[in-house]
Amino acid sequence: MTITEKILASAAGLDSVHPGQLIMANLDMVLGNDITSPVAIKEFPKFGKDKVFDKDKISLVPDHFAPNKDIKAAEQCACMRSFAKSENIQNYFEVGEAGIEHALLPEKGLVTAGDVVIGADSHTCTYGAIGAFSTGVGSTDMAAGMAIGKAWFKVPSSIKFNLKGSFKKNVSGKDLILHIIGMIGVDGALYKAMEFAGEGVASLSMDDRFTVANMAIEAGAKSGIFPVDEKTLAYLKEAGAKEPKIFSSDEDAEYDAVYDIDLSELECTVSYPHLPENTHLAKDSSSIKIDQAVIGSCTNGRISDMREAARILKGRKVADGVRCIVIPATQKIWKEAMHEGLFDIFIDSGCVVSPPTCGPCLGGYMGILAAGERCVSTTNRNFVGRMGHVKSEVYLASPAVAAASAITGYITDPEVFNEG
Amino acid sequence: MKAKGSVFRYKDNVDTDVIIPARYLNTSDHKELASHCMEDIDSEFTKKVKIGDIIVADKNFGCGSSREHAPIAIKASGISCVIAKTFARIFFRNSINIGLPILECPEAVDGISAGDEVEVDFTTGVIVNVTTGKTYKAEPFPPFMQSLIEAGGLAEFIKENY
Repeated sequence: MTITEKILASAAGLDSVHPGQLIMANLDMVLGNDITSPVAIKEFPKFGKDKVFDKDKISLVPDHFAPNKDIKAAEQCACMRSFAKSENIQNYFEVGEAGIEHALLPEKGLVTAGDVVIGADSHTCTYGAIGAFSTGVGSTDMAAGMAIGKAWFKVPSSIKFNLKGSFKKNVSGKDLILHIIGMIGVDGALYKAMEFAGEGVASLSMDDRFTVANMAIEAGAKSGIFPVDEKTLAYLKEAGAKEPKIFSSDEDAEYDAVYDIDLSELECTVSYPHLPENTHLAKDSSSIKIDQAVIGSCTNGRISDMREAARILKGRKVADGVRCIVIPATQKIWKEAMHEGLFDIFIDSGCVVSPPTCGPCLGGYMGILAAGERCVSTTNRNFVGRMGHVKSEVYLASPAVAAASAITGYITDPEVFNEG
Repeated sequence: MKAKGSVFRYKDNVDTDVIIPARYLNTSDHKELASHCMEDIDSEFTKKVKIGDIIVADKNFGCGSSREHAPIAIKASGISCVIAKTFARIFFRNSINIGLPILECPEAVDGISAGDEVEVDFTTGVIVNVTTGKTYKAEPFPPFMQSLIEAGGLAEFIKENY
């Protein structure tokens, strides 16, 4: 069996499972945000349960339109807050201790290796980075999860990505996942698990792994998953996560497809509008003029992303006419970035730093685009109208590329700065 | 159960951001969501849609976000059924859970154009293009999902069984 099949079999109380099998699995965590939770909370009474299945296995994170962007958003957050209070849910995070859910949950130690997690947010697949099976669902599934602590799944088949080598300078997890989506397409892993394996995994930082697993959904996947190694265990220990349950794929596990990727051959990659699969090399994109750069999100708002952007921006200025918005994903990351002096670098170079929020990624607020405007963004989707006006454009890229582009005003491979 | 209506025809990868843009996600009111359904790719949709009409699309319909607001907006618009070559998995799940009938049938999709009159029988999976006179058959749902649909959605199913 694959790591994914083993985790699901264990959660369903079965010795083995096979792709296509329908199972009921026990859940270790059920997650919702301020967009999806209100719908789930409204549905919850229909499940006929007096209270939630386990008040410690539910996390509610106001992050999409929080800090509240308008009256309606405030009412949605109030709905979550009041439900958390009445159900005594401890893992409700008010803005002062919160952040973007998929950076926040691992950081707070709320998910561990071997867990089965559902979240009413498509990027819930992020926690595959720490060897958990985790997947996005809708609000009704979230309500069901809160009611009985179980969810139905069709066991996915898996596609394996065998990684070898290590990244060149300026290349990161974002370039790897954009490269993969460009290779297999936005439905290339539809209904499947994307498993990342091979000796190259060891060279990836945890932050890179989060970025890669986070965008599995952009290839249509049900989940993305990494093996558990020393880096994972060190991360979980530091986060104070509960005891990891370590599963690994058998030598004879079956895969629908296996791809070999040499990390050292990858280059800075950009997805053009309006699909993440429209990938091109950053160095071939230097004629594309930008109006805005966004550095943040559940994909790339972690501390190493902040450091990478700061490394490029240090001593340089954001181009005239370009708005560069930096959004550390959580309060902890914000504080680290502040203490490391990264905010001095950002502000001196002409960026603005926002409190943690999903805001601009989904066209909520804090960086909405006007008609005809272009943004290079470290976020995860570039669909029509995603970040604002239906005639605006989003180019997906890494923090290094977004920072370099903010400086020149055109999409730029950081290599041009010749930093050796 | 049957549905009959005229067809709104879309291409590949219709994403949840165009089905219901995130700028309207500060509400979960079904009518309000319906009033903005599809507006970023088809500004005529909300003006033309009638109760019973059918959406037909190519592959990967509903890709992107997990927002249940997307199938809710479609259902509340009066759409009786979505037929596609394939659906993105969260949209598929959400549609079953909220009771929006969806069918995967690549042959039917290739044989249906915008404005065609189409009749769908959900029990048999038979799709008839009344305009062209051609008949197609969609794969039936596996028994587990059939029981979810028959129970009237996930909430009822869980209430009965757990």
